[in-house]
Amino acid sequence: MQIYLPIADLPVNIFVILAIGLAVGFISGMFGIGGGFLMTPLLIFLGVTPAVAVASVTGHIAASSMSGAVSYWRRNAVDIALAFMLLGGGLVGTVFGVWLFTLLRSLGQLDLTIGLSYVVLLCIVGALMVAESLRAIIRARQGKPVELRRPGSHTWFHGLPFKVRFKRSRIYVSAIPVWAIGFIIGFVGAVMGIGGGFLLVPMLIYLLRVPTATVIGTSMVLTLITMASATVLHAVTNHLVDALLALILMVGGVIGAQFGARAGARISGEWLRLLLGLLVLAVGVRFALDLVLTPDELYFIRPLEGGS
Amino acid sequence: MKLRPLALCLALAAPALATPAAAERLVASVSNHRVQVSSSFTGEELVLFGSIERASNDPQRRGGYDVIAIVNGPRQNLVTYRKDRVLGIWVNVDSRVFDNVPGYLAVLANRPLDMIANAETLRRLQLGLANVVLLQRAAVTIADSSLDDPFRLAFLKLRQKQQLYQEATNGITFLTPTLYRASIPLPAESPIGDYEIDVRLFADGAPIARTNSAFEVFKTGIEQVMTSAARDHSLVYGLTTAMMALVTGWFASVVFRRD
Repeated sequence: MQIYLPIADLPVNIFVILAIGLAVGFISGMFGIGGGFLMTPLLIFLGVTPAVAVASVTGHIAASSMSGAVSYWRRNAVDIALAFMLLGGGLVGTVFGVWLFTLLRSLGQLDLTIGLSYVVLLCIVGALMVAESLRAIIRARQGKPVELRRPGSHTWFHGLPFKVRFKRSRIYVSAIPVWAIGFIIGFVGAVMGIGGGFLLVPMLIYLLRVPTATVIGTSMVLTLITMASATVLHAVTNHLVDALLALILMVGGVIGAQFGARAGARISGEWLRLLLGLLVLAVGVRFALDLVLTPDELYFIRPLEGGS
Repeated sequence: MKLRPLALCLALAAPALATPAAAERLVASVSNHRVQVSSSFTGEELVLFGSIERASNDPQRRGGYDVIAIVNGPRQNLVTYRKDRVLGIWVNVDSRVFDNVPGYLAVLANRPLDMIANAETLRRLQLGLANVVLLQRAAVTIADSSLDDPFRLAFLKLRQKQQLYQEATNGITFLTPTLYRASIPLPAESPIGDYEIDVRLFADGAPIARTNSAFEVFKTGIEQVMTSAARDHSLVYGLTTAMMALVTGWFASVVFRRD
């Protein structure tokens, strides 16, 4: 069934959009990420312009994060204090990210920058996650105890001042790295048009040693707030949020996320991280191929932005 | 001032250039003057009907009549980028702005254009995708670049692939020697706005009459409400979308609650 999207100015098959929502929702529920890094490229592939895709996906991510966050909240698996401290850094990062975004767009190399950042970021994060989870799996196979928390192994930033105790996560760390992580997520999210959950979850686990019990719920609360504000910001600044597209994606997304969350609960942490690492790596390689392989068409047309 | 003698020459020459004693009148009308884009819009095919009215003293046209119809959609500014390999990766190295070009362009005729008129006439009247003038801008200078410019050719090729530009030399059929019918295919991606139809009558390779018609493509119903809300009440629209997201997410977590 075809439906005409009012802002994207494009007819799409409603079931294709629903299926994409379901699939990405399943993945986001399973790994506790927003899935923007998967959704945005898929929509662009369907013919939605990148600007509309980025703007509309924010609504979808807000909805799936909301659905996940409520479930984690009921299970008391959200560290709200940690989420709000991350948010503080995140808002500053978003402002800097939007500034860089505007600068790059005026220089005319935004596409290339986004492509390269996807490649670098996804490949590095994916490879690190695959390597780490494989080591953990091999350790578990050899019968060694799983070392998720190593109380003695403090890294250098555990010596930093302004220490805060996060009761729910049972960690005692300096506020500086928490703010820094929030800043990076906000910055990267604004420049690349993603929620940043796939970056945030490993950072919280490996750097702050947040226990796996609270990491996904906390990440979802943060994503929920940033993406809901991003939806409003995109609507006000660019007028490019397609509410109809977002609604179809949301409906598919929240249903998929529920099933994903249940599937994720049955898989052990290492295997979950390995799967997510492989997925992130695959998307990164896909972007790298796009940059390296000779395209079918050397020319492409875009509407002229701005008045100049 | 210098131009005045030239203008005078042209004015005197004009009746001579047009076919003498051409009294045929061309009539055209389109089946639907207001094309509605609703949520079920997947493109539409308009029908253009028309006839050639002959007076009793009109000359006999041995070669019969030919009709060429040009449909121009709303004007847009479009950028064409060219990629090239730099340090192993494909980068946008060059771009041209196409200024004020039609967002939709269809050239319809009853037979191949080169059989209707000679190349010179076609070029002068900008008939056919190969002859239409597309203003290009590189950096600061505006230029109507040559007809075989690579950016222009790539632009035309890409627009034709999207069916936003098309040339159909079987797009017009004559029902009787003086009654013709054309179908104007509007793809789903057709831009919103005003469309102009320019119809020209040819006989023996010369243009002898001309008429025009127009139609409008506009959004209606929920499409129109959402477009105007997104533009005119963007804060309310954004807040509503965000609220919709939160409610959808909350609702799902309640519906699927298991504990």
